[in-house]
Amino acid sequence: MNSRALVNSLFYAILVALAVVYLLPVYMLIITGLKPITEVDLKTMWDLPTMGIHFDNFIAGYKQLAPNLTNSLVMVIPEAILSALLGSLNGYLLSKWKFRNSNLIFTLILFGMFIPYQSILIPLVKFMQSIKLYGDLPGLILVHIIYGIPITTLIFRNYYAGISSEILEAGRIDGASLWGLYRHIMFPLSAPSFAVVIIWQFTQAWNEFLFAVILTNQSHWPVTVALNNLAGSQLVQWNVLMAATLLAALPTLLVYIFLGRFFLRGLMAGALKG
Amino acid sequence: MTRSFSLRMPQFILAILLMLAGIVSISLLSRIELEIAGKNLTSIGLLISGLVFYSGILVIVSMFKDETILSVALLLPSIVAVAIFVYGFIAWSFRVSLSKWKGLNPDYTWVGLKQYSDLIFHDQRFLIDVRNTAVFTVGFILGCLILGLGMAILLDQRLKGEALFRGIFLFPMSISFIASGVVWGWLMNPATGSRIAGINLIFKSLGLDFLISLWHSSPPPWGMAFTVLPAVWQLSGFTMALYLGGIRSVSEDLREAARVDGASEFEIYRYIILPMLQPVTLSAVIILGHMSLKIFDLIVAIGNKDLRLDVPGIYMWTTTFDGTNYAQGAAIGILMLVSVALLVVPYLIQSMRTEAEL
Repeated sequence: MNSRALVNSLFYAILVALAVVYLLPVYMLIITGLKPITEVDLKTMWDLPTMGIHFDNFIAGYKQLAPNLTNSLVMVIPEAILSALLGSLNGYLLSKWKFRNSNLIFTLILFGMFIPYQSILIPLVKFMQSIKLYGDLPGLILVHIIYGIPITTLIFRNYYAGISSEILEAGRIDGASLWGLYRHIMFPLSAPSFAVVIIWQFTQAWNEFLFAVILTNQSHWPVTVALNNLAGSQLVQWNVLMAATLLAALPTLLVYIFLGRFFLRGLMAGALKG
Repeated sequence: MTRSFSLRMPQFILAILLMLAGIVSISLLSRIELEIAGKNLTSIGLLISGLVFYSGILVIVSMFKDETILSVALLLPSIVAVAIFVYGFIAWSFRVSLSKWKGLNPDYTWVGLKQYSDLIFHDQRFLIDVRNTAVFTVGFILGCLILGLGMAILLDQRLKGEALFRGIFLFPMSISFIASGVVWGWLMNPATGSRIAGINLIFKSLGLDFLISLWHSSPPPWGMAFTVLPAVWQLSGFTMALYLGGIRSVSEDLREAARVDGASEFEIYRYIILPMLQPVTLSAVIILGHMSLKIFDLIVAIGNKDLRLDVPGIYMWTTTFDGTNYAQGAAIGILMLVSVALLVVPYLIQSMRTEAEL
């Protein structure tokens, strides 16, 4: 029994050491953000604030990113909701209304999730320019919804596949149509996977960079593009940059902290089946 | 009762109205531009009008007794979108890669596979990109698998605070590659002397001076190897979650039986659990591998287009949009696609087959 306790404390030591390393970047971001500008110094960058808590850096960082945080929010919310509705419909049809070759079609849709977007980027830009949706957020929303079809369909399809077909069969005997079965049986059961998909699409679109940098012009940049630009310019002090980074990461971090279990389910669905 | 189509008047009128509304707004929008809050939304308007028209067709299709027709019709918009934006655009990109389009005006003059042979045989930068991708992929996958498996085994001991540790290892996944690259780029500060900062400063104050490193500014290919650190920080927790799921699905009875037979805990992991985790490892390698083959934003944020840290994704971006060399950019994009497809397609076909057997 004693050796078991020894092994356990060794395991704890390793876990704690790992946890410290994983938290180190966030620790640095937080303490840097909370120091007054006068206390910012490379030599003491790892020390806790000694001159009280100030929000100078966060305010300066927010000034840099405010319009871009708004852009991201305006883009992400309709994107996540529309993606989820579309994914739910697709998932329902592909799990409960299989037709000839529906598995093949599903696999072909799924492939779209893995492609490097560099391989479609030139046609995409030319196409978006020709339909006059280049440079602004509505175009970016549309692109995110379309390239989100594979993952949202996958998550809903796997979820609906787990709902017994007997319920649907009973509904069908009662005379419900395809549409009625969805509205009265499947949709009301879908709340958990709506949460998963909305959170997943929110996080993905908030964090996305390539489409954002290619398809929007400077006044419509989402926060990732603006942050990268800020990091590349020599004009911003590192402490302000770190505060701005924390602000840019905060929405998805909060989503993870409060809704983490849904986030994890989205991840596992993205992992396909083992 | 066996009629395959039954015309119901109210629905039929609704269908006609929807189709009419769609046609009217399409013809309006093709004459005048739709502008809302300074945004030109004509195309979005056309898309919505098209969908209204299509919903009229759906109402008519719903009168067929065989509802699979309706099912296909409902799926059709998504299928068409993916067909155009994924497969159509890939074909278009491929066509661009067979041309000599350089400059802002499209030039589809056929040059065959010249762009590819130039990249593969004569382009130093692309060679560096391939080597960098290889370094990154090997480091990233090995790092995630080893750390992920290690953390999963530690967390499988049902120690107190398991949920907290799991949360700490997983949270970096929720942060964007850009934010993570900016922070780690700063933490891996190569400055020395009075400007020493970041992780080097920690090493110095702990008296571990021999660990002080130039990080991603190290001479190639070691610089690239250090860009793996933030990537592993972000995705080792995900790998851990995959492995932990796999370990927990090994039944407790099986473990208990092995214990009764006198196996030590180490032997249970070595001879029972690890072999059963092979499918998990395969999934993890495919997911992590396809991410690393197309790694882009993380390197942009760390390296700020430093050529020593170049990868195909960045080369494609700069040659296309800064250098207007569209043909070369398209060829790089297609080569990236081929590398990902080699990894992913067998896996997709495999999972489609097992699905069909069910």
